[in-house]
Amino acid sequence: MISITDYLVLGAILFCISVAGIFLNRKNVIILLMSIEVMLLAVNMNFVAFSHYLGDISGQVFVFFILTVAAAESAIGLAILVVLFRNRRTINVEELDTLKG
Amino acid sequence: MSIEQIIFYVFATILVVCATLVVTLRNPVFCALALVLAFFTSAGIWIFLEAEFLALTLILVYVGAVMVLFLFVVMMLDINLTVLREGFTRYLPLGLVVSIVLIAELVMVVGPGQLGLESMPVPIPHPEGYSNTKEIGSVLYTEFLYPFEIAAVILVVAIVAAISLTLRRRSNTKVFMKPEEQVVVRRKDRVRLVKMSSESNND
Repeated sequence: MISITDYLVLGAILFCISVAGIFLNRKNVIILLMSIEVMLLAVNMNFVAFSHYLGDISGQVFVFFILTVAAAESAIGLAILVVLFRNRRTINVEELDTLKG
Repeated sequence: MSIEQIIFYVFATILVVCATLVVTLRNPVFCALALVLAFFTSAGIWIFLEAEFLALTLILVYVGAVMVLFLFVVMMLDINLTVLREGFTRYLPLGLVVSIVLIAELVMVVGPGQLGLESMPVPIPHPEGYSNTKEIGSVLYTEFLYPFEIAAVILVVAIVAAISLTLRRRSNTKVFMKPEEQVVVRRKDRVRLVKMSSESNND
């Protein structure tokens, strides 16, 4: 029998891999966006697991909304990326310091 | 070890390997493809969790739309990979330390001691004829109707934002039509009636 711990630990491992990915690929915006997708997948895994083990369908509805927002986020993120590349000819995060933050 | 456990651990291993490849591979195209495999595998795990609707939605929405968009953008941009890879080995120790600490903390919280089979037993499988999609739909359109409509608005905003960000007028093409001028045009601006005397053929 698979306990809920297995699913939660799997989600935790996915989350940590994507956190490490954000550290490792600090310059490449595309990989950063992909790491965020993996993070959201890990969170969704937890939601679905709890929804199944608690017998409550609300968790799955939450996943549905997260998928919606994630799709919107990646669409806008990639659009910003394309505009950025058109203007600066690079997607290196280190060179995007016009705002002097 | 039961067949369920074997399948679950195979899927989980593939998922973790794919996620690792996503963050370590050199070429962004291969990263995107590894992410596609990760989404497929997690859809399989969700089917294990009796969330069939979401598993299929994940494949349709993520693999079908979002990852294709990613691949499209990755292939469209001409990026210099060597510059972008700088600092990978420099940040590797820090990333490893942070993720190992994080994973240790999370396993301590959700580990077998707290949420094992004793405290949260495996639920009874649903009877034959149970529809996960129907169940989701019955709460989505009643209890969660307002959030559902907000989600629709968010999607519209995303469409408008993405299109308006990437739309550009190219300077080297011919003069563009102006819709507002086309709409306000009247008959007298375009049509001119000319009086002409008819020619006679009996010269």
